[in-house]
Amino acid sequence: MHEQAETRRFARRRASNLMSLLFVVLLASLSVAILLVIVGHIFANGLSSLTLDFFTKIPKPYGEDGGGIAQAIVGTIEMLLLAGLMAIPVGVATAIYLVEFGSGRFAKTVGFAIELLAELPSIVVGVFVWALLVRNVTGYSGIAGSTALAIIMIPIIARSVEEILKLVPNGLREAALALGTPRWKVVLFVVVPTVLPGILTGIMLSLARAAGETAPLLLTSLGNNFFNFNLQKPMAAMPLQIYNYAVSPYDDWHRKAWASTLVLIAIVAIMSGAVKFLTRRWKHESN
Amino acid sequence: MNPIRSFADLIPDAVPAAESRQGAERSIAIRGLAAYYGKHKAIEGIDLDIGPGVITAIIGPSGCGKSTLIRCINRMHEVIAGAYATGSVTLDGTDIYTPGSDPVQIRRRIGMVFQKPNPFPTRTVYENVIAGLRLNLPRKSKADYDEVVERSLRSVALWDEVKDKLHDAGTALSGGQQQRLCIARAIAIKPEVLLLDEPCSALDPTATLKIEDLLFSLKIDYTIVIVTHNMQQAARASDRTAFLMADENHVGHLVEAGPTREIFLKPKDSRTEDYISGRLG
Repeated sequence: MHEQAETRRFARRRASNLMSLLFVVLLASLSVAILLVIVGHIFANGLSSLTLDFFTKIPKPYGEDGGGIAQAIVGTIEMLLLAGLMAIPVGVATAIYLVEFGSGRFAKTVGFAIELLAELPSIVVGVFVWALLVRNVTGYSGIAGSTALAIIMIPIIARSVEEILKLVPNGLREAALALGTPRWKVVLFVVVPTVLPGILTGIMLSLARAAGETAPLLLTSLGNNFFNFNLQKPMAAMPLQIYNYAVSPYDDWHRKAWASTLVLIAIVAIMSGAVKFLTRRWKHESN
Repeated sequence: MNPIRSFADLIPDAVPAAESRQGAERSIAIRGLAAYYGKHKAIEGIDLDIGPGVITAIIGPSGCGKSTLIRCINRMHEVIAGAYATGSVTLDGTDIYTPGSDPVQIRRRIGMVFQKPNPFPTRTVYENVIAGLRLNLPRKSKADYDEVVERSLRSVALWDEVKDKLHDAGTALSGGQQQRLCIARAIAIKPEVLLLDEPCSALDPTATLKIEDLLFSLKIDYTIVIVTHNMQQAARASDRTAFLMADENHVGHLVEAGPTREIFLKPKDSRTEDYISGRLG
């Protein structure tokens, strides 16, 4: 009698265990499925438009078939480079300050500011740069676009590098300090090299995020249908190009919007792949 | 062969202090030292003389402030946020706690080895040994560095084991080898004093004995202070012993200090006797 009850309870437990496992596996597959549907759809619609012209030509006038997104690729690369130049030193330095030197009220303030900056909607950043730079100083330009992207990148870099630096065991810092090493050298020559792959990953992450930003660029770099290498002029960017193509009434342009999306995703994937590859080699060498 | 031996068997016969290279230099005098972590007082009223050419062991139960004390000797204590020390620690007649003194300079004269081996993971064995030189001293020629690496690794008895692996990562060595590498790194910058904070607690018995042998050969050139929770180790490897204990407020005090033989065989304080005989801690 007693044994029977025991067996029944055991069977029930096994069943509920199986059910909950099934439940989480199902939901986990759903997130994979979403990704597959998106990527599959982009490939299906965009692949056919990927011709040489697409990469080397600028858009054709309204209604004409053909043309490409060369000016947008150039614009995105140029603006990302300038934004990186502005955001990487600020973001990395902020993280180093917070982890290695910061204590007390000022450090708390800096940490809080970074937190807030990270939560700022990107359109707000665009409006801010428009009011401050575009309207009075630069006009619609690549510089203004880069500034907006940099403001978005700074908190991403600062927070990811901060997390990475916190992973460095304190024993390593103490080992260097005990050799009579000044603090700044400990940070520069011991702490940072130890987690360099992680720092680079954080930077890449921020670049990938900035590469896909559309809203702030609408208000700052505006977009451009012609080749422009001059950062002081309105500049095209891939997300803007996708937007322009997508809202047009032409089928050919819709296909080009899909193709541009494909290229943008590919660029981001290649960047993060490159970081993974480099850091793996770097780790391999140091082991 | 009885594996369990008494302390009397472990302690080597009293040997005269090894002839010091620089005579009476390299001696340390600690007076009225107290150390704090923020508001919490960790140790208080420590008076201790540490002589050159001998190995001084600091022993005591967990939480008695052994590590805090040894970290005060090269101003590593204050590296922890909110930590500070009062009192004086004098090396060769100069107080390292005078307001103008630079902890960075002090740490070059007083090296330290930590509980957990901590070679720099991005550096090779070779680069680990010369890390202190490369980081803090004017650049030297490759031949000079080669010489330092070989000499330092030989003095920690590691050269023969790693001479073919000099350009492998320092972290690829075994735990015992890593700890000897860390000692080599500490002595490569030629400090006057070598502090070791439980250097063997992460090592197996064989590696531990190797480190102890090594300390014997190093005491001619360096004033050595070792913190250990292993009393056999203190008995085997030290010439003088200081016994620390925490009072009811968890503040560490020095109970007594003297030649290791006396502390272990004829302790003056009953608390020392209790601890050593295993009735305490």
